[in-house]
Amino acid sequence: MIKVKGLSKFFGKKAVIDNVSVTIEPGKITSFIGPNGAGKSTLLSMVSRLLNADTGEVLLETNDIRTIKSDEFAKRVSILKQSNFMNVRLTIRELVSFGRYPYSKGRLTKEDLKFVDQALEYMNLTDMQDRYLDELSGGQRQRAFIAMVIAQDTEYVLLDEPLNNLDMKHSVQIMKILRKLVDELGKTVVIVLHDINFASVYSDRIVALKDGRVIKEGTTDEIINSAALKQIYDMDIPVQEQNGCRICVYFNSHS
Amino acid sequence: MRNRTKLIILAVISVICMLLYAFYDINGGFSYAFPRRLIKILAMTITGVAIAYSTVVFQTITHNRILTPSVMGLDSMYMVVQTFIYFFLGSTSILVINKYLNFSISIIAMVAFALLLYRFLFRADKFPIYLLLLIGMILGTLLGSATTFLQVLIDPNEYLNLQSKMFASFTKVNADLVWVALAILAAAFLYGFKMMSKLDVMSLGRENAINLGVNYDKVVMNMLVLSSILIATSTALVGPITFFGLIVANLSYQFLSTYKHSILITGASLISIIALVGGQFIIEHLFELNTTLSVIINFVGGIYFIYLLLRESRSAG
Repeated sequence: MIKVKGLSKFFGKKAVIDNVSVTIEPGKITSFIGPNGAGKSTLLSMVSRLLNADTGEVLLETNDIRTIKSDEFAKRVSILKQSNFMNVRLTIRELVSFGRYPYSKGRLTKEDLKFVDQALEYMNLTDMQDRYLDELSGGQRQRAFIAMVIAQDTEYVLLDEPLNNLDMKHSVQIMKILRKLVDELGKTVVIVLHDINFASVYSDRIVALKDGRVIKEGTTDEIINSAALKQIYDMDIPVQEQNGCRICVYFNSHS
Repeated sequence: MRNRTKLIILAVISVICMLLYAFYDINGGFSYAFPRRLIKILAMTITGVAIAYSTVVFQTITHNRILTPSVMGLDSMYMVVQTFIYFFLGSTSILVINKYLNFSISIIAMVAFALLLYRFLFRADKFPIYLLLLIGMILGTLLGSATTFLQVLIDPNEYLNLQSKMFASFTKVNADLVWVALAILAAAFLYGFKMMSKLDVMSLGRENAINLGVNYDKVVMNMLVLSSILIATSTALVGPITFFGLIVANLSYQFLSTYKHSILITGASLISIIALVGGQFIIEHLFELNTTLSVIINFVGGIYFIYLLLRESRSAG
């Protein structure tokens, strides 16, 4: 379990995260949703120690994450951000092998290779594992990075807008894989999403942020209804049921 | 061709260059010339490796392949120290005559300058590397102007003495200092050895590196210090060589297409040795010392730099 307690982050005088407390339950997909600038990515960055909090603490099980050694932390929590600019030319396989760095420190053992092969298989990348990242489409690239995180084999997988710039087909593909990670491998996934319908269909719990505060938190059913959405997005959003999925039809609603 | 084969080829060429430089046209003056040539070879090797190593490291932590550590203003700091000594104390001062003293003061001043800059800019959550570069560059220009100012005022005879410090030269390297520099280089390598795989991870960018358990900002700080020490050592030993690191690092990236720093740094070091020892050989025997190596390095380096800029701008656009 990851517990966030009274976390704040100031950029200048403005609090981008303002006294946030959230609990992330294990074995579930938790989505962070909310309008632009709500602080979703900042919160995720602080949970994954990419960014230091100004006040408050993040507990992994019972330990403050600042007291955990960074290579131990990397074996338990992984984070994938949205932009992954690199100066080096890597093949998919080389990138995925980096996922084993916390364990092997660059010298891959047989066991590491097994994890790499599995991750490639899992993301359907085995056939193209020797292609260079700069030759890939956005979707393939994203899958390669997710494969790296899978090879890292952490209990918690945090993803910052993994569907950014992906078309519908690839978005669905990636969300299905995340669902599989939780259902089959027992991982805990935390994901920042822009499209509330993906959040509605694929997540177990939703945390809604607005202006740096948690405005709503609960199971998907508790959040995906017109009353709660009105509070989060200031929009009247009708929710319709389709094949057991709740779909928010926000395209022509007025605020 | 495998990378191992490429490295072996580079190693063979550098040994050939060394042998050629050590033994070519040595008849008669063997007992006089040979030890002197050996010292020069050693000095060129140390300089070459130090510059190659620090440039590759510096480019990895700045995520930029057209920068050299000299943008931090270390070369200018070296010139300031030398100019101050010549201006205020004169060329007969103990700080000029005692090579050890001059060498240590230069190194200490350069490293202290770098440390102050890093310490001043280091914040808890993020290392502002571009701000650091910008300030380093501005301070470098400031120091450069200060030296020029003093050089205009200085006694002309002292200026002639000072001039010998302004350009890199392997012809008057002090034998005793070579061993000190070698010891520093060895220590740096010992420390850097376990950092190689961390550097590999760091080339994935800050966020991915932290994700994989690398203490990014601390490593950046340590590697900046390491590369400053190396640059300071090579500058204090032979004088400033601006473009050299840029050429060898980029040649190494092109020749060995890999992300592994252990291979890249070895490659860059060998290319440096070939360029310096081979280049010095050509200058001594072909040009008969009518020019200096640093002139040629700056000439070739400048052309290569323009080529790199054009290529980068094409790939960016």
